[in-house]
Amino acid sequence: MAEKFFFLMFAVVAVGSALAVISLKNPVHSALSLIACLLQVAAIFVLLRSPFLAVVQVFIYVGAVMVLFLFVVLVLNIKKAQLETFPKGRRWFAYAIVPVVGIEFLAVIFGKSFTATGYEAAVEEVKVATLGRALFTEYLFPFEVVSILLLAAMVGAIIMAKKRWD
Amino acid sequence: MVPLTWFLALGLILFMIGAVGVLIRKNIIIMLMSVELMLNSVNINLVAFSHFLDNVRGQIFAVFTITVAAAEVAVALGILIALVRNRGVFSTDEIDTLKG
Repeated sequence: MAEKFFFLMFAVVAVGSALAVISLKNPVHSALSLIACLLQVAAIFVLLRSPFLAVVQVFIYVGAVMVLFLFVVLVLNIKKAQLETFPKGRRWFAYAIVPVVGIEFLAVIFGKSFTATGYEAAVEEVKVATLGRALFTEYLFPFEVVSILLLAAMVGAIIMAKKRWD
Repeated sequence: MVPLTWFLALGLILFMIGAVGVLIRKNIIIMLMSVELMLNSVNINLVAFSHFLDNVRGQIFAVFTITVAAAEVAVALGILIALVRNRGVFSTDEIDTLKG
């Protein structure tokens, strides 16, 4: 019962701050709302008995990604005129299509396949040692590929953001 | 005990909010933030299934998703800085060179 209460609390705050992300005009405010949303998602991970992912979420998303976003917003010095980003019509399809698709998915989720038995929650939380063992044995190749991807992304970001040689 | 469907519904709602954000906003930074939101909602689904099926695979997938999202943000913001330096625009309506 307490768990449901906490889940609903985190979920309501997450959805509210997500709505704030897409509706606020100032990108700094949007970034701060997104930080709030990501922290709620980390709390949801704790509810799902995955403490390692919760910590990774806080470190990487809130600590690295969102700080990068805020830095870029501050460096690029957005002026008042550029804050007006809301559409002047012609965006009705987003409001029309997305809720339809969402209701469709909700019907699937609350249909028979996922509410049926067989989805009993695990009691114990996943130990970090278990996760690390799987990551470094069974998933060693994807792990190495991802490390090369990170290296490529780092080089790409530096080359993109640096000034031209001339 | 929170049922599986609640987690899936939360992930779906966050994903839809992110999709609406990508579609209706014109500011590139906020579009990127919406993409981050969508990636995160997918992580909720992966971790929820990992928990309810008692299988560590979902969490491994979520770790990879987070890594790729971080790489994507680094490259995207690098492109954004180069774009703003060269063209001085933020709105996706003004970036229309491909239109010819």
